[in-house]
Amino acid sequence: MTAHQVEDHGLLRFLTCGSVDDGKSTLIGRLLFDTKTILADTLNAIEKTSQKRGLGAVDLSLLTDGLQAEREQGITIDVAYRYFSTGTRKYIIADAPGHEQYTRNMVTAASTANLAIILIDARKGVLTQTRRHSKLASLVGIPHLVVAINKMDLVDYSQETYEKIKADYLEFAAKVGIDDVRFIPLSALNGDMIVERGEALNWYEGPTLMEILEAVPAAHTERAEKFRFPVQYVCRPQDSANPELHDYRGFMGRVESGSIKVGDAVTVLPNGLQSTVKAVQLGGVDIGEASTEQSVTLLLADEIDTSRGDMIVKTEEAPAAVKEIRATVCWLAEAPLDRARTYLIRHTTRDSKAKLTGIDHRLDVNTLEHVAADKLAMNDIAEVSFKLAQPLFVDPYAENRATGAFIVIDESSNNTVGAGMIL
Amino acid sequence: MTQRKTLSHLDWLEAEAIHIMREVAGQCANPVLLFSGGKDSICMLRIAEKAFRPGKFPFPLMHIDTGHNYQEVVAFRDKRAAELGERLIVRSVEDSMKRGTVVLKHEGESRNKHQSVTLLEAIEEFGFDACIGGARRDEEKARAKERIMSFRDEFGQWDPKNQRPELWNLYNARSHKGENIRAFPISNWTEMDVWQYIEREKLELPSIYFAHTRPVVIRQGAIVPVNVPLVSGELTNLPKAGEQIIDKLVRFRTVGDISCTAPVESDADTVEKIVVETATTTITERGATRLDDQTSEASMEQRKKEGYF
Repeated sequence: MTAHQVEDHGLLRFLTCGSVDDGKSTLIGRLLFDTKTILADTLNAIEKTSQKRGLGAVDLSLLTDGLQAEREQGITIDVAYRYFSTGTRKYIIADAPGHEQYTRNMVTAASTANLAIILIDARKGVLTQTRRHSKLASLVGIPHLVVAINKMDLVDYSQETYEKIKADYLEFAAKVGIDDVRFIPLSALNGDMIVERGEALNWYEGPTLMEILEAVPAAHTERAEKFRFPVQYVCRPQDSANPELHDYRGFMGRVESGSIKVGDAVTVLPNGLQSTVKAVQLGGVDIGEASTEQSVTLLLADEIDTSRGDMIVKTEEAPAAVKEIRATVCWLAEAPLDRARTYLIRHTTRDSKAKLTGIDHRLDVNTLEHVAADKLAMNDIAEVSFKLAQPLFVDPYAENRATGAFIVIDESSNNTVGAGMIL
Repeated sequence: MTQRKTLSHLDWLEAEAIHIMREVAGQCANPVLLFSGGKDSICMLRIAEKAFRPGKFPFPLMHIDTGHNYQEVVAFRDKRAAELGERLIVRSVEDSMKRGTVVLKHEGESRNKHQSVTLLEAIEEFGFDACIGGARRDEEKARAKERIMSFRDEFGQWDPKNQRPELWNLYNARSHKGENIRAFPISNWTEMDVWQYIEREKLELPSIYFAHTRPVVIRQGAIVPVNVPLVSGELTNLPKAGEQIIDKLVRFRTVGDISCTAPVESDADTVEKIVVETATTTITERGATRLDDQTSEASMEQRKKEGYF
């Protein structure tokens, strides 16, 4: 750690949900501007554009202006990632476009986020899209939701309006089972309650948006999780001039959950052979132990034939090995899910051929009702079952994001066509 | 119940980058790591060491040399590859010019964008199915929407409307013969992260990243280095008639083809001073120093569609 970097609260990934009309781009622009992430040349460029468009003040939403291909068509194509830092914590914003293909983009952006900001226009209150965004955020397992009631300047900073929207939202949240949610009134346009408190919302006594972001735990979960170590790559440097390395066999991967240390009893799946951890290394150097999200190399006491796609777990907490899965799937491709075809499922570092065996129901993301379905088109979300050619070592998504998630690949195009969360 | 530790932001970024590199090694048959001798690719080599040592890297290193690179950087490139004991492939835009596959509009045209042609030729020559590069999403808005594993068709083209969705850390690096994956392990790093990492890991850099005095002219507001010696000893970037040469204390924030990278005024001669300067600068990295991105607002997007990194 360096002298001018006294504390490091890690890295928080969050997602902003809403359309341009809710002031999403202005909010992101405001966060970047108030944390001094925007530098002079970028600011000059958007000042010029603002003047060209005849705007009185600098339009911060221009900071998130997209690609030429998007401007030509007047649409936003894709999730954009943006970065800022407060000195103690680094932030990655996933900025998902608000309109078409929304479900697909939002699920993509949400899959790596630990917090979602759901924007509500104070003049409009809780809308269908608010419910849709919230449901998707909770479905993808984002642990922290912040409902930001924006454009308070346009409702005279009325506490009554804020309380009414909050009550409406809480009623909906109780119905769909969302419990960890915070509310904040703000004006992204004027910068009230983002980084600075401003003068207009003195009746609000809670933290600013930035204070919430700074205080939220960076880790996905506070729970102690079971140790899961999918093997990505096996290191066998036999051709090395160093004879000590002749028997070296390092299993390389990322600790997806839990922790491991030298001496722990482990089992390698699928062969089920047991051993103990001889060393935990990073770059060939012993580090003794490792925990969630660290990329390391494990050496075992016994010689066990292990390759990419295997999983190392602690012996007393092995996951289920299954050849059938039930999952919530979001379909991402233009071509609908074809019952007759065989797809490839990628789960951790393991692939298996898979075939749809049934669709239980589809979720109508607007009414949030379950409806009968016999096919899945782009942006559809449904509960489905697959049968698998190879066993996968799974945990329910609600318990473990890394070993509960999978993607569906179409082998003819190699495209990623679906995203699944195991039930 | 064990207490969960929060990784520092650099540890998190490093762990993510290692994971991505190992995915490329695990999923692709014949990858290559692009190494220019610049700061981002120097970080990539340290990440590769952490990912694969005590083994060898499961890929060679490759540099697409425009023939207009700073001699300090070329020397550093060769020295670093030798220290690591890894194979370095160099393919040259000048060879493409001799073959007639690169045709300059005029003698002085920047060769930077022509690297795409040479890169595609090298991909074909060696049959690479994946190229690992050090591009970052914070560099430029066409990069902000780039995937970590970016799919390119047979012509190396990036189609922003037809990219694979990328969820969780489940990367899809599959490709058919002739197609190509570009993998970007440090996508989520900013310029500041790179400098903090260089500081923490005590990484050695080419000397031109640090403040030094060199002859420059001021051309359309930008500091343009002149009379720059090439590896051959020949001088390039000669001043135009009437331009006044001045000696300035400068350093480079990005390093690339001589014709399109400009230095900034700076007295930061250590990594510590550069970290402080990066924290307080008022100009973006590319805005200050990349003459090629100023040609038009969409020039990076355009070059990427044509197979550029």
